[in-house]
Amino acid sequence: MIKHCKNTKKATKYCIFVSVMNKYLLNIISNSCVAKDVFRMELTGEIPALKCGSFVEIAVEGCYLRRPISVCASCEGHLTLVYKIVGEGTRKMSELSYGQKVDLIGGLGNGFSLSPLPAHPLLIGGGIGTAPLLQLATDLRAAGSTPLLLAGFNSASDIFLEKEFTDLCAQVIFTTLDGSRGIQGMVTEVLSSLHFDYFYACGPMPMLKAVSTAIPHPGQLSLEERMGCGFGICMGCSIQTAGGPKRICKEGPVFRKEELLW
Amino acid sequence: MVNTSVNLCGITLQNPVIPASGTCGFGAELAEWYDLNLLGAISIKGTTLEPRFGNPTPRIAECPNGMLNSVGLQNPGVETVAAEEIPRLKKHYHQPIIANISGFSIDEYTACCERICNSVDLVELNISCPNVHNGGMAFGTSATEAARVVSAVRKVCSRPLVVKLTPNVTDITVIARACEEAGADGLTLINTLLGMRIDVMRRKPVLANKMGGFSGAAVFPIALRMIYQVHLACRIPIIGCGGVSSARDVIEMMMAGATAVQVGSENLRNPLACKEIIENLPLEMEKLHISDLKEFIGIIQ
Repeated sequence: MIKHCKNTKKATKYCIFVSVMNKYLLNIISNSCVAKDVFRMELTGEIPALKCGSFVEIAVEGCYLRRPISVCASCEGHLTLVYKIVGEGTRKMSELSYGQKVDLIGGLGNGFSLSPLPAHPLLIGGGIGTAPLLQLATDLRAAGSTPLLLAGFNSASDIFLEKEFTDLCAQVIFTTLDGSRGIQGMVTEVLSSLHFDYFYACGPMPMLKAVSTAIPHPGQLSLEERMGCGFGICMGCSIQTAGGPKRICKEGPVFRKEELLW
Repeated sequence: MVNTSVNLCGITLQNPVIPASGTCGFGAELAEWYDLNLLGAISIKGTTLEPRFGNPTPRIAECPNGMLNSVGLQNPGVETVAAEEIPRLKKHYHQPIIANISGFSIDEYTACCERICNSVDLVELNISCPNVHNGGMAFGTSATEAARVVSAVRKVCSRPLVVKLTPNVTDITVIARACEEAGADGLTLINTLLGMRIDVMRRKPVLANKMGGFSGAAVFPIALRMIYQVHLACRIPIIGCGGVSSARDVIEMMMAGATAVQVGSENLRNPLACKEIIENLPLEMEKLHISDLKEFIGIIQ
């Protein structure tokens, strides 16, 4: 169960030269497979609510670097992560179970911005990139906006969090490459039939580029990259933007459409 | 009470622990985690005369007990660093600052040093970056080239000059002695070891730049060995660097010959690494019956 908390969100403040960041040691309540290679980890402990679109860096035993995982749902004392096994670190994460502890730092990055609040935003997810859109949908609803979800997967067996999104969104549309669920093809094929005035997207770079080009409306896109630290010290995940070099982990991961140079 | 202070090139450090260049930005990001004033000193992000974006991504690859990076000296250029970053750091940080400078020609090194040296307490000359072509490490792998750049920068540098050496050489003592003879006041060793990883699923190198600098706990014994060799070969002080992740590692490096110790990759895994090491240092010293840390510098002969 994702615990829905009532507006207890406190955004992490980033102030230069004031120590505000923390390490957290959280308890695993559950860690179960929710789709093909996709796991959902429920964590509890002393942690504030983390901003939608922000991420955490998890220490994994036997791996040198932490693993950046987006916040799927969060409120004070509780954190939900939905992640895909893509390598050694996430495989080890999937083997953790109830009662074990997780060392993590966060919430890292800027997160999605809800101002100005769009009336009819379209949330576009590509595969595991759909996960951080859940907290975003929750926050948009709480703020009085009505989101639509458009999520693209390879196949029906890859789809996760369907019920949660259905509860929060006015409409949920799936596309699958193999046609086993929803509309066959990619998310870009249904864009023209939808009515929206703003978009939020998270997924693989080719999808982000395609939707950014196809959609005339403004929007925000959440990027990913291999990271060293996750909090801005190593310059491992930099990109060139319209406003100069930016770190995906620090000034991002969320960028406005006009900032990105494809 | 134990004494953790050391004297590095005439500058007193309250403890020997320094976050290494490239693992602490210009201070602001680490300051979100703890008060930087507890550090011995800080070595800020490698700076070049002109702004640099660096190499394409991916720039990071993981290894057993370590990592590769191919950042390629991303920095906003010496003018911005001297005019904006250092003053911003100094507003809240009052311990020594080490500027780390790089270049692609001797003229670039000297121009960069001239612009920045008066703003800092010590200059670290990086002749060992493995991630840029026709510069950086090219100066650090030849005793003649190393001596040329050190002697040119020494002439324009108003602060103690420490030279950061690459381990990617057959005999590091040859380069170290060349730098000492050319006027270096100290040496930092080691920079990263050139390494590579391949993503066997994609059949491509993990790093966009193919090769990168290997660092992390795995390199500690190599760094320690080189510090030991150079300590026996030279008289100038050494800043040890490479795989340090605990207070005990700091003491071990000092016994091998380091006067101060930089913590690098560990900061990426644990943003509180330097703070925790500094807090543990007196406890480790007590366990080892060490009352004054500086008396143990280079005790291994």
